[in-house]
Amino acid sequence: MEAKVLMVNHEKCTGCRRCELVCSVYHEGVANPSKARIKVEKWEWEGLYIPMSCKQCVDAPCMNVCPVKAISRDDVQGLVSVDSDVCIGCRSCVAVCPFGAMNFNVAEKKVFKCDLCDGEPQCVRFCDMKAVDFIDVRRESLVKKRDAAFKISEAKKLGATIQYEG
Amino acid sequence: MSLDRKVAIVDLTTGKIDIKPIPLSVRKAFLGGRGLAAYLLYKYAKPGCDPLGPDNVVIFSAGILGGMLASASARTDVMTKNPLTNLLGSGNFGGFFAPELRYAGFDHIVVKGKAAKPVYIFVHDGEVEIKDAKNLWGKSVTEAQWAVREELGDPDVKCAVCGPAAEKLVRYANVMSGIKNANGRGGGGCTMGSKNLKMVAARGTMDIKIAHPREAMEFDKRFIEQISSAKVNQTQGALGTPFIWGATNSWGGIRTNNFQFNQLLYADEIEPEEIDEYSKDTVGEYNMTACFGCQVHCRAKYKIKDTPLGRKYGVVGNYEEGPEYTSQGAFNGEPGCTKIDTLMIGNHLVDQYGVDNLEIGSIISWAMELYEKGILTTKETDGLDLRFGNDEAVLDMIHHICKRDTWLGDVLAEGGIRASEKIGKDSFKYLIHMKGMSNLHSDERATPGLALNIALASRGSDHLRSRPAIDLYHLPVDVMRKIYSSPVAYDGPLSSDHREYIGKPWQVAWHENCYMGVDCLGICKYHTTFLGATLPNFEDWAKVLHYNVGLDMTPKEIWEVAERSNMVERLFNIREGMKKDDPFKGEILAERYFTEPAKRGAPDVIGSFIDRDKFKEMRALFYKYKGLDENGVPTPESLKKYGLDNLDKEASRV
Repeated sequence: MEAKVLMVNHEKCTGCRRCELVCSVYHEGVANPSKARIKVEKWEWEGLYIPMSCKQCVDAPCMNVCPVKAISRDDVQGLVSVDSDVCIGCRSCVAVCPFGAMNFNVAEKKVFKCDLCDGEPQCVRFCDMKAVDFIDVRRESLVKKRDAAFKISEAKKLGATIQYEG
Repeated sequence: MSLDRKVAIVDLTTGKIDIKPIPLSVRKAFLGGRGLAAYLLYKYAKPGCDPLGPDNVVIFSAGILGGMLASASARTDVMTKNPLTNLLGSGNFGGFFAPELRYAGFDHIVVKGKAAKPVYIFVHDGEVEIKDAKNLWGKSVTEAQWAVREELGDPDVKCAVCGPAAEKLVRYANVMSGIKNANGRGGGGCTMGSKNLKMVAARGTMDIKIAHPREAMEFDKRFIEQISSAKVNQTQGALGTPFIWGATNSWGGIRTNNFQFNQLLYADEIEPEEIDEYSKDTVGEYNMTACFGCQVHCRAKYKIKDTPLGRKYGVVGNYEEGPEYTSQGAFNGEPGCTKIDTLMIGNHLVDQYGVDNLEIGSIISWAMELYEKGILTTKETDGLDLRFGNDEAVLDMIHHICKRDTWLGDVLAEGGIRASEKIGKDSFKYLIHMKGMSNLHSDERATPGLALNIALASRGSDHLRSRPAIDLYHLPVDVMRKIYSSPVAYDGPLSSDHREYIGKPWQVAWHENCYMGVDCLGICKYHTTFLGATLPNFEDWAKVLHYNVGLDMTPKEIWEVAERSNMVERLFNIREGMKKDDPFKGEILAERYFTEPAKRGAPDVIGSFIDRDKFKEMRALFYKYKGLDENGVPTPESLKKYGLDNLDKEASRV
């Protein structure tokens, strides 16, 4: 079986931030979005909400930059993780992550990131809209194809003539 | 943990800030949110004070579950002595402010005094600062919020802000948050304006420890499923509150042309499905937005379309959220306007000015009836043709009231009772108000239970204090009995017929405690027995409190918190002059409910009116259920039972 990945469809996000809430409770036992591994970035004046989390990169910049090799990737699970016993709190990984997905806990002086909740991401479990979903990596583009094709099919049913460029 | 959040007492006259803990005994007595705010208002507002003077207070309150694992734990209650009614002022808004306030370490911010120049209060991680608001004053509701984020360099700051209407001391100006979270019906914005307080801005990164994290998550999952599976919430999640409009208007429950009719005709444009299409046309397929932690997502997003009206008011392309059912009433039903443009633009204008949509829509419609009757003429309206159905007149009047830039706008900004004194003649008799606050757009003549609610609502005519909305569902009596006999026994009469008077006083008494309970916890009314009969209440709240807060209270103890809190609100109103049959400050319906039968609607509506004697009998029974004497004053025994017998003399418990 291939690894499952967190798939974000920001169009579906209602901006409720329940993902942040359950993430902090699950990992830290506290309600505190600043300790969540996922964060919904908002452009409120446009009604635009984009959930941001770790992409578990294959060639992960955080892993590559870590001077003490505290970060490793499990290719079977598709999971990049931090060994907090090894982490020296230099925050180099925070600096290089292209998505801002690496966080720093000021009390513990260690970095932390999404660990996919041991295979059952709570953000996904609590998101009714499935703006964040957890699917087989091979299915990610298939799901997108199907969604896009569905819109075309709806238009077809209404009698629209669809022309393709090129 | 949840119980370690603090209260800050901020004196804007002296700049002094007192930070106090909340004793456990106070938590057990009032929990938080609206209940505790009512206590703080009673103790911190000077008796008989001028609501626009420094002796009034404005209190920002998060519920005890705010930001925690209870579905939609997003609500903020703002309390003040209402500049509109001179009685209790209380509004409740969703969004993201209450959770942020709690993550910043506070549950309640009590603001007293008056600043010499415009200021704002910044609350962050255990600290409270008073800051200069010269860059924020004069800005619209949203501009001010984006500006403060810029100034503080943090896009995650959440605000409880007042708009230009509050700066002009429009007596029904709101506190606002985000695009359209509106603290309506309370006058809190006006009090802020009178104190030169532009906003409370909050930003927090502090833990709220969950007492039993895994159990809290699992219970919440079940809680959410119960809430989301209710048909009423699924419909709300698709169409928002406008879904209520279709059935209510076709049935004859919407007052139109002020109060002359009870159904808006030829109103196809503003059917919920049309609004949904407008929203999807302008923002796309996924068009709903949500408050903190809520999976009902009952609010639509939209952008104002390019139409002649949109161009005239310079708002084409502006982003907005809603409109709610209340805006359909305020800008369509009451003034008799049928255009969707009026609804979408009116909704946007009130959100930007920060003014109560229900009050402004009602007051404009009242003025329209006065114009129709010849009590107001083009002389008083500065030439504006204030006839019913004139869409532009409604939108123009919103501007004039919020800017106070015409004679009539200035007069109407004072609210109905004060305006009727200035307009004179018999203008007062056309005003549809209870306790000096205009009624929402619904028509309660066919529903005595709902009529009793608006007369008794502690903040003036209102549907969110005790409305037995499920009375319209004709539930079998045994189902009603199950709901209304818990958590305290009730074996009196109940009736499935919404036209009946029997059983309704208990329903209103029960819902008053249910809604107070939910407001103390800080969760949304759509998540309790309001529009859905299967939704959670006292029993589930006891569990949510246990898992999240670690506070063990029985359902009956939560009921008693609500009863006590409602009693404090009542005591405040009595202290400030409420008398049961006073036409200005009483617990009585506007006269027209008793004398004018409904002219339109379904057979069970047409011809209906409220029987005065039966109404008074209902009210007397309600008083009895609530431990009040025949004048609606708590008896000495009730005061003792709820620990309120020394309320006037005791030093504040917080």
